[in-house]
Amino acid sequence: MKRLSAPLIGGMILLGAVMLCAMIPDVLAPYDPLGFDFAALLAPPSAAHPFGTDQFGRDMLSRTISAARIDLQIALFATIFPCVLGVLIGLFVGWYGGVADMIFGRLVDLVVTFPFLVLVIAIVAILGPGLVNMYIAITIVGWVAYARLMHSEVLVQKAGEYVAAARVLGYSTPRILFRHILPNAIRPVLVYLVSDMALVILLGSSLGYLGLGAQPPEAEWGVLIADGKNFFNQAPWIALFPGAVIVIAGLGFSLTGDGLADLLEVKR
Amino acid sequence: MTLLTVTGLSKRFPARRGLVEILRRTPRQAVHAVEQVSLDVMRGETLGIVGESGCGKSTLARCLVRLHEPDGGSVSFDGTDVLALEGDARRRFNRQVQMVFQDPYGSLNPRMTVGDTLGEALAVHRVVPAAEIPARVRSLLDLVHLPQDAALRYPHEFSGGQRQRIGIARALAVEPSLIIADEPVSALDVSVQASIVNLLMELQDRLGLTLVFITHDLRLVKHMTHRVAVMYLGRIVEIGPTAEIFARPQHPYTQALIRAVPLVKARRRDGEAAVMGEMPSPLNPPSGCAFHPRCPRAEPECALSVPDLSDRGAGWQVACRRA
Amino acid sequence: MSGDLLEITDLKVTFDTPRGPVHAVDGVSFSVGRGEVLGIVGESGSGKSVTLRAIPRLLHANAAVTGRALWRGQDLFAMDAETLRRVRGGKIAAIFQEPMSALNPVLPIGQQIDEVLVAHTTHDRAARRRRGAELLGLVGIASAATRLDQYPHEFSGGMRQRAMIAIALAANPELLLADEPTTALDVTIQDQILKLMLRLVAELGMSMVLVTHDLGVIAETCDRVAVMYAGRLCETGVVAEVFERPLHAYTRALLQSMPGEGAARAQLIPIPGQPPRVDKPVPGCAFAPRCTLTEARCASERPLLRALAPAHASACHAGERLLAETGP
Repeated sequence: MKRLSAPLIGGMILLGAVMLCAMIPDVLAPYDPLGFDFAALLAPPSAAHPFGTDQFGRDMLSRTISAARIDLQIALFATIFPCVLGVLIGLFVGWYGGVADMIFGRLVDLVVTFPFLVLVIAIVAILGPGLVNMYIAITIVGWVAYARLMHSEVLVQKAGEYVAAARVLGYSTPRILFRHILPNAIRPVLVYLVSDMALVILLGSSLGYLGLGAQPPEAEWGVLIADGKNFFNQAPWIALFPGAVIVIAGLGFSLTGDGLADLLEVKR
Repeated sequence: MTLLTVTGLSKRFPARRGLVEILRRTPRQAVHAVEQVSLDVMRGETLGIVGESGCGKSTLARCLVRLHEPDGGSVSFDGTDVLALEGDARRRFNRQVQMVFQDPYGSLNPRMTVGDTLGEALAVHRVVPAAEIPARVRSLLDLVHLPQDAALRYPHEFSGGQRQRIGIARALAVEPSLIIADEPVSALDVSVQASIVNLLMELQDRLGLTLVFITHDLRLVKHMTHRVAVMYLGRIVEIGPTAEIFARPQHPYTQALIRAVPLVKARRRDGEAAVMGEMPSPLNPPSGCAFHPRCPRAEPECALSVPDLSDRGAGWQVACRRA
Repeated sequence: MSGDLLEITDLKVTFDTPRGPVHAVDGVSFSVGRGEVLGIVGESGSGKSVTLRAIPRLLHANAAVTGRALWRGQDLFAMDAETLRRVRGGKIAAIFQEPMSALNPVLPIGQQIDEVLVAHTTHDRAARRRRGAELLGLVGIASAATRLDQYPHEFSGGMRQRAMIAIALAANPELLLADEPTTALDVTIQDQILKLMLRLVAELGMSMVLVTHDLGVIAETCDRVAVMYAGRLCETGVVAEVFERPLHAYTRALLQSMPGEGAARAQLIPIPGQPPRVDKPVPGCAFAPRCTLTEARCASERPLLRALAPAHASACHAGERLLAETGP
């Protein structure tokens, strides 16, 4: 068994903190995130309100904590769906090749020509704002990256002699694909998945900020920043602290991704 | 008794064409990896297939187990047409004919324990009832002289020679009658090679296996095989009993090959090389006998037509006009 | 011997790795005479290639090299950079197993020869071009003038190795270091390259150190042989003498493990066990765990290399026994 590396431990501590916020926000938050306090409007950070308050006197620490749930949900759903779709497509296209490969290649060219964000925004604009539509849009665009990774890895594994051995043993194609090739080809995908989680949190926050993702009163870090932008000169903390938390969560995912890359490295 | 019959087997790999060539309708070139190969494998024998890189020996091996689909010719195993098999019949053929691979590092799934690798073969082919699989795995490990606790370990915990033993055990799991070994010891050190060669010969005698042994190493061919086929640029140029071919090679290429092998018994040899030139590209093979540009005995007719394998008696065949 | 071109004394190479020091070469001494072909043979991990690469100081910075390498009386390991540069590539040239990775893929062969000539001769451009064509002709590459302008990828494997030899010969070296030069080649091409190298050694009066794992290549090419195991020198001597009457248990076992003159399909005699890992120091003889001739002291006392017969030295406690068995 390999020892856990320092980046992995650091990353998992950061992610653990975010996850704790998502699981038990009511316990951790000192105030009701939606509770108005007109005695403390736009109050700067203090012992009573470490992250300050917003224009309605809502405690920003409590709001940031309770927003974690939606952001984690985004991190999960906006990566899992494209990942599963992309892995399956990459696996089959890589294995069968031929015409499927040619169509896949053109499709990939088509998708990568557009900037990722622009394409997602365009699709959300058609489908209408909201989290579910955001997931659909991200899946439609995001599977390509996973499929490309998987595709190239499958081509490498397919040429391996252990795959030839499995074919000579008369194993069925599903068995060869899922039991032999997939476990050996999945490593770069998993590593990318974790670092992609950091990216989609930023993406979700951007869309939230633009009003295309999570809809108020659902609190989400991007929405919090959007709320704070009007008061940035008088009360910069409203936007600053959720922003900092986004960075910390992103860092947590990136470190975990790096650590995972080392941990999953297969010994030859 | 013939176990496997190969008749006129050919395999070409089309070369990739660029867009310009497609637009210009340049005819698609192909690598002629195996051309019109015919041979028989007798039950219980060891047939060596020898040649230099690019001669098509590995492609031939892979065609026999249908890792490649041949473009022409036929393969018949125990009377059945191998190339027409599908579904269950093909799986039954897979139980009969197994393969041992070259790369001890790449031929085992690194994510599966040795026990899982062997157990999978037993389970898929229902060689034994599920409950007896662990016991059978142990007896397979015993057969290839690996310790019992190997079942719980992963490939990376073993040395190259031990991994080849695992690969052999996997092939034997389904109780085949024919094993095709593609350069099984080429990646190993000499001192380890000997133990794998011994194991193959021992298993062959104990289990009554037939062995097709593909290698570039003439020393091993001479030691292990009953008969040998020498390949050059996709074709068999000489085939026959090993002892006789090594004693009196008939084809000029066979002669050169044997003469080029450095022997421990030899002494420093200055002088002429056994044969000049290099094997031409299989994309564009020479006309007639493919060896004629390098052959010291070539005559103008050699460039005109491909010589047939002609009988010299006692199953000895040579494809040379001048032999 | 004072007439030796190269004299290596107590060469030690230790690699500093993340998992601790690896003693790749552990106290190796040998010499190469003028016009002599010395073979170094061993299995993977024996330290034979590291030994060869240590001589012209080609190892990476994580290798700690100690000992002496006297080149005409001057220690290569103590030489300043400028003197070393003139010796390396000029007087001592090297060729390697993979010509494709040793040649620069984006430079024509002619220019790669030219670089050596610029560095080590005073020829003008036209003379260098003539010399380049002459060198390609010397290594048996036909139509040399056109070949000079071709790139390595336009050469076949055997031709690339010939081109690499031509580059190595450009500055008229006195010693050629060859690291598995034919391992990647087919047997008929190997035969051509070995014959070529022997012809050049004789014609140009060079010495050569040839590293290989193939005992047959040693027998057909070398005057003397040094057998290595686990970073140590087991046995040295005249090839015929060593191969006919090995005085080291490892050499004997290695020779016996080869398929050769025994009856067809007779069981071969493998060496049991695995080559040792060189990351742990071995107190006694490194071969002892796999040896069938062990004595009590083999596990604890490291055998010293000593002359047991004329021009034949062995570092094996069983050396005298083997000598007595085989007779004078």
